[in-house]
Amino acid sequence: MLKDITLGQYYPVDSKLHRLDPRTKLFGTMVFIISLFIANDIWAYLIATFFLISSIRLSQVPFKFMVRGLKAIVFLLLISVSFNLFLTPGEPIFRLGFLKLTREGVKIASFMGVRLIYLVVGSSIMTLTTTPNQLTDGLEKSLGFLKKVGVPVHEVSMMMSIALRFIPILVEETDKIMKAQMARGADFETGNLIQKAKNMIPLLVPLFISAFRRATDLAMAMEARCYRGGEGRTKMKPLRYGKQDGIAYLVCLVYLAAIAGLRIMG
Amino acid sequence: MAIKAEHLNYVYGLGTAFEQCALKDVNLEINDGEFVGLIGHTGSGKSTLIQHLNGLMKATDGAIYYNGRNIYDAGYNLRALRSKVGLVFQYPEHQLFEINVFTDVCFGPKNQGLSRQDAEKRAREALTMVGLDESFYARSPFELSGGQKRRVAIAGVLAMKPEVLILDEPTAGLDPRGRDEILDQIAQLHKERNMTIILVSHSMEDIARYVDRILVMNHGEKVFDDTPKEVFKHYKELEAIGLAAPKITYVVHSLRDHGVPVDDNITTVEEARDEILRLLEK
Amino acid sequence: MGIIKTSKLIFDYIRRDEEENIEEIKRAIDGVSLDIKAGQFVAILGHNGSGKSTFAKQLDAILLPTEGTVWIQGMDTSVEENLWEVRKKTGMVFQNPDNQIIGNIVEEDVGFGPENLGVPTEEIWKRVNESLESVGMAAFRLKSPNRLSGGQKQRVAIAGVMAMRPQCIVLDEPTAMLDPNGRKEVVKTVRELNRKEGITVLLITHYMEEVIDADRVIVMDNGKVVMDGTPKEIFSKVEELKSYRLDVPQVTELAYELQKNGVDIPDGILTLEELMENLLPKFAERFPGKVTLGNGVKDGN
Repeated sequence: MLKDITLGQYYPVDSKLHRLDPRTKLFGTMVFIISLFIANDIWAYLIATFFLISSIRLSQVPFKFMVRGLKAIVFLLLISVSFNLFLTPGEPIFRLGFLKLTREGVKIASFMGVRLIYLVVGSSIMTLTTTPNQLTDGLEKSLGFLKKVGVPVHEVSMMMSIALRFIPILVEETDKIMKAQMARGADFETGNLIQKAKNMIPLLVPLFISAFRRATDLAMAMEARCYRGGEGRTKMKPLRYGKQDGIAYLVCLVYLAAIAGLRIMG
Repeated sequence: MAIKAEHLNYVYGLGTAFEQCALKDVNLEINDGEFVGLIGHTGSGKSTLIQHLNGLMKATDGAIYYNGRNIYDAGYNLRALRSKVGLVFQYPEHQLFEINVFTDVCFGPKNQGLSRQDAEKRAREALTMVGLDESFYARSPFELSGGQKRRVAIAGVLAMKPEVLILDEPTAGLDPRGRDEILDQIAQLHKERNMTIILVSHSMEDIARYVDRILVMNHGEKVFDDTPKEVFKHYKELEAIGLAAPKITYVVHSLRDHGVPVDDNITTVEEARDEILRLLEK
Repeated sequence: MGIIKTSKLIFDYIRRDEEENIEEIKRAIDGVSLDIKAGQFVAILGHNGSGKSTFAKQLDAILLPTEGTVWIQGMDTSVEENLWEVRKKTGMVFQNPDNQIIGNIVEEDVGFGPENLGVPTEEIWKRVNESLESVGMAAFRLKSPNRLSGGQKQRVAIAGVMAMRPQCIVLDEPTAMLDPNGRKEVVKTVRELNRKEGITVLLITHYMEEVIDADRVIVMDNGKVVMDGTPKEIFSKVEELKSYRLDVPQVTELAYELQKNGVDIPDGILTLEELMENLLPKFAERFPGKVTLGNGVKDGN
């Protein structure tokens, strides 16, 4: 059902990773992404694999949920791997017509493939263990320093969290309006690109009007509940670092140091 | 007969963890010229059912016949079916999009491939049917009142000249007068143009006043299919599935329970008044 | 002075064209003077466009008077310093349940108001727990609002308002988009808050069944207060109500029709029980020995 579409698909279990502060997880994800770009030999990738597998185990999320995110990038993965595989110059090991496979190509392509897969799996660990709300809270707090240079951090994170609430509602609404127009003989499938774009008007106009109406209503409801921006606001669920967060930070730093060390030495 | 559904089943999210049965072995027949009421609480499957009747949703299993032809047959023109079986969604005013009332109502007939002249003729007829005169044609649909917007939206479906008109809670959110106006207009379409009507409603009082037959849905199943009188006699079962009979039914049954020999076929205030006056010999 | 008082309140909707010239003035509220006592359950009836929703928005300072004054607990809403205090004292529940829930999780939404007021964290949790309890939604606290029924969403919205500890709640057609079960659910919740917690309730609606046990019913038409009294007084004037595009409950209508046709029944019958009390003795007289008096009457609610 359309109602079940959620962004980032949080997986609700109570694991060590779930209990970490979202800021820690944001940091960890960032560290992992950086490490993937630094890593350039087999040892570094082995350490990264170990780090990733440990995190997956700690999260208690079934492996198939992790892999689900990969479906979306299969195409991208295939293209970038095959490009690297066949178009990297170097010592040829196999020839097929004008295509030649080089030793360097195999190395770069496999690193490239692994890097992409790890990137997706690594960031889905974060979204699977962190609710969208925690995530926006974490971002707001982590990026708090930007407030000093005039970036409306609170407002942006409030907008994100409201968007998250309304996406499923608007998806459902789109479906409803689409059906209502189809009942009036509208056609959303056939025709060329321009025709198709034109056919979307009966869908988009009502959808925009509805979104604006909702926005006005919501603004009124927020005002009625005394919302006046981030100033003077308290938090129901303030972010607090615990002992486990300290440990996690330490682990991440050691990990990053190891990967960086390998690169410098190698 | 106009519509016949046989062993209709529909499962949401087939093959996923969220699998949910929305229709369970539904069989029904809607005859030409009938005025049928469809009731059931939210989530009972009534909205799913009506979307099947004009081919917007496809059953997981079962068949639907329109005028004797199976709409699931290969090559069956579903778009043509949708103009024969007009469906007015809940809060239909949310689908309005054109710059003025008249062009919006023309949308349907234009999609049917009619010439501009014919489409405009249809639009004029449809707007007359819902009681909106020429002074409305050039106005933006967005500056009309709630009841007027809704009538424009209904006209948008009527302009396609449907043989069957299905309305999903056409009175939701309207005030009492707005509600009566819409329902009276629908009843008039039924009477004067012999249009087949399926009215989805939560209000037993409305249903009792207008329809010839009631279908009751519960958990995706059809649980009653009979005249209002017969269905409302089962008011206890109706309560058990989260519905209720019109208030007047309770008056009648309460009188009977106390030994008053009142006719239990009564479903409206007028009938109750006449019966009580008759018994009291006033 | 009561908890809510308005004096000669007038409100105009002003439409301007691109150059800010006045294009159209529509008077939505036209000289309303009312005084509402603390702790009462007051219903405001009126057809769409009668000015009742505009009136509701005046009570929470979402709209400010064009002329006249609105006082909430003695505070003039048009004085800017009073704005947030007024909004804290009167909670507002709107028609569309989807468009007033801000949080992605029920309990977080309920906490939204207290967060805005700068209430300390522990106190927020206490208030959230109590409010969810008072509307009977504690079991749903970790659910996504998208997963709730319309009636449940409105109860969450009410809890969100209660967490701000208001003295009075204004509900602007909270049941218009709900099914009959949702409507009952919401009205029952509001009535309990009124009885148990002594909250002043102003319920705006056009469903007559919802106002039967209000302490006071006010009917608005064309921006004016046209009727004001107890439900009994209001519902005894069936013809007048109909002239304002309103309905009466079926039981009331039947009693009225019988009375008009010479049956001796008092004015303003509201419930099935009352109707039976008046009808059964007449039938007992007409069919001696066959008709039993006494109770055991069950009503649809």
